[in-house]
Amino acid sequence: MRVIFLDTVFEGLEKAFVLIFSLDREVLSITIFTLKITGTATIISIAIALPLALLLTLRDFPGRRFIISLANLGMGLPPTVVGLWVSLMLWRSGPFGKLGIMYTPAAMVIAQTVISTPIILALSTAALQQIDKKLRWHIMALGATPLQMLFLMLKEARYSLMAAIMAGFGGAISEVGASMMVGGNIQGYTRVLTTAIVLETSRGHFDMALALSFILILLAYAATLWLTLLQQRRYRNVYY
Amino acid sequence: MRFFKKPWLLASAMLVLVFAVFLSGCGGKGAKSAQTEASTSGSGAANQEGSTAPAPENRELILSTTTSTQDSGLLDVLIPLFEKNTGYRVKPIAVGTGQALAMGEKGDADVMLVHAPESEMALVEKGAAINRQLVMHNDFIIVGPASDPAGIRNAQDSVDAFKAIAEKQALFVSRGDDSGTNKKELEIWKKAGIEKPEGKWYQSTGQGMGATLDVASEKAAYTLTDRGTYLAKKEKLQLEILKEGDPSLLNIYHVMQTNPDYVKKTNPNAARMINAEGAKAFVDFMVDEKTQKIIGEFGKDKFGQPLFFPDAGKDESSLGK
Repeated sequence: MRVIFLDTVFEGLEKAFVLIFSLDREVLSITIFTLKITGTATIISIAIALPLALLLTLRDFPGRRFIISLANLGMGLPPTVVGLWVSLMLWRSGPFGKLGIMYTPAAMVIAQTVISTPIILALSTAALQQIDKKLRWHIMALGATPLQMLFLMLKEARYSLMAAIMAGFGGAISEVGASMMVGGNIQGYTRVLTTAIVLETSRGHFDMALALSFILILLAYAATLWLTLLQQRRYRNVYY
Repeated sequence: MRFFKKPWLLASAMLVLVFAVFLSGCGGKGAKSAQTEASTSGSGAANQEGSTAPAPENRELILSTTTSTQDSGLLDVLIPLFEKNTGYRVKPIAVGTGQALAMGEKGDADVMLVHAPESEMALVEKGAAINRQLVMHNDFIIVGPASDPAGIRNAQDSVDAFKAIAEKQALFVSRGDDSGTNKKELEIWKKAGIEKPEGKWYQSTGQGMGATLDVASEKAAYTLTDRGTYLAKKEKLQLEILKEGDPSLLNIYHVMQTNPDYVKKTNPNAARMINAEGAKAFVDFMVDEKTQKIIGEFGKDKFGQPLFFPDAGKDESSLGK
């Protein structure tokens, strides 16, 4: 058993190197497509979550805590549940069936946006709320316009905000349930890294599945590394 | 330049820039590839003598099918051919038979390629499915560990084999996902006089055939599988074919269209979106002589034996005899 396992892993490693460095067209296009889908979903999530997070931090209004609790709940939203709900909405027999976007990249962007928005919202609200209130009073006392105030707050919390965005990106790029259900895993059209891994595994092509999994890990690591380096740079500056 | 002294600002700006490039690339490429696709399919049709395939008005066609057709790779051969011949763009959605049939009934799919004859007939009788045609068959086999603890190698047929497994309480892994294979398995249990198999020896994975075979192999258990998936994964499994060649183990595939008139009764919006013309073209394509020949050849080069046997035009009751 152990020998078979090792064989599979080494074969997978070998094949992964060949596929990645020969710039295999299928692998390359799946990778680029994955980045496009998740990148688009992340940008939309940022556009929704950041203004909302600022609002939740700066204004007290009825339902504020309720929204924050919903965002916290949404952080753990299982992607398959999102997939099911979005499917029911977008199928022809559903309320938005007329749009005809089920089994298209657009449907996948919608599903991933639903997954990553609560993550970014909850984490960035927490980040903004950690800014010392006295700092805000100082800024206001120095005569800053509201817009300058918002900018300074975002700047103050920049590292935590970037971590929030990366967490949202990571949550969306690694989910498989929703992409499978609303995208349909159609070759050359809606196939992303995670759904391709599921398919290749069930086909028994473990080498191809492993190759794709290495790329996915590499992407996730690149994002994390970038963030870590940025954060550590700040600390180095402090100790200089 | 203050900007460059702020690494996080620069990095964020780069991130936005990269995404912007991706986004613009997305739209541009999509439009371009659609154009080239249309032009190649157009010229492809023109090249074919006699067959005039004008680009259809509604090009998109949703095919709900079972994981077995996708996992075996058969669809990867047939669909590009169909697209080239007719100009349609097929979206194959590979799910369990239960969902594949439900999608057809609700009008979420245009055409179905499935293998659960009894459930299919239920849809046809209801009027939800029309134009049902026999396409092909492959067969189920009972696989298990070489040691064969229940001794099913000597069983008369599949029903006897299942009886022996239940008597010995030998471990059996079921898909339990309402798929065609799962339905077939339950059918055999019923024939063996066991209404609802349960107990420690009967485990349900709720997953596809490939994953279920992995589980059975790890646990040294019996399972019912289609031959194609087993052959494709054989090298990685510690399972052997223990029972085969029984007419009740046939896995029969039909293709059928969604009936817009049926869907209209409950959901006129969905009914309007059904691509009935494309569905009919796909049914015709699947039973076409040339396609049938390709089906009969598929898998021979890789496994030394075909994975599917073409059956168009035959009588279903004559199969396996």
